[in-house]
Amino acid sequence: MILNKSELISNLSKKHKTYNKSDVEFSVRKILDYMSKSLYSGERIEIRGFGTFSLHEHNSRTARNPKTGESVALQKRFTVHFKPSKELKKRVNNKN
Amino acid sequence: MTITKNSLVDMIHDEVGLNKREAKEFIEEFFEVIKELLEDGNDIKFSGFGNFILRNKKARPGRNPRTGEEVTVNERRVVTFKSGMKLKSQIEAFDGE
Repeated sequence: MILNKSELISNLSKKHKTYNKSDVEFSVRKILDYMSKSLYSGERIEIRGFGTFSLHEHNSRTARNPKTGESVALQKRFTVHFKPSKELKKRVNNKN
Repeated sequence: MTITKNSLVDMIHDEVGLNKREAKEFIEEFFEVIKELLEDGNDIKFSGFGNFILRNKKARPGRNPRTGEEVTVNERRVVTFKSGMKLKSQIEAFDGE
């Protein structure tokens, strides 16, 4: 199943009976905004037991549009890399 | 500087007004719920931030890089993260400084 932010918020609200749903919603938005902002300011995020988000640098290169074969110049750029923690890896792979 | 759970706790304390203990509990539960949902086989989409997607990997032959010994990498399920459009374009604007 694919869940989105609001379904996560419902799950979180059930756990956290003391906060109303709009507080949870506001907090979740704040967490995601803060994490985005940290990443695009060049900071890495290390969440124990969950994983690490960091930026990977890609050098500029000439690529091709696979459909048309046309050359495209790609600039040097950064992408987000997520490395799950040992715990998360293990839990996600619980069936095996 | 590295952002940790403590940075998020401080931010929630400042912006939402929970005390430090409550803020810590909230942050712990936020990540715990994500882990539980992924564990149960759900993909999670945070519009603007990114998606956590589960992928099933087939068994494949591998090698122990230290000894060179051939081993089979078992079939497994892994989690990947794909940044969303908004975050992706913000990151691309980052100049490395």
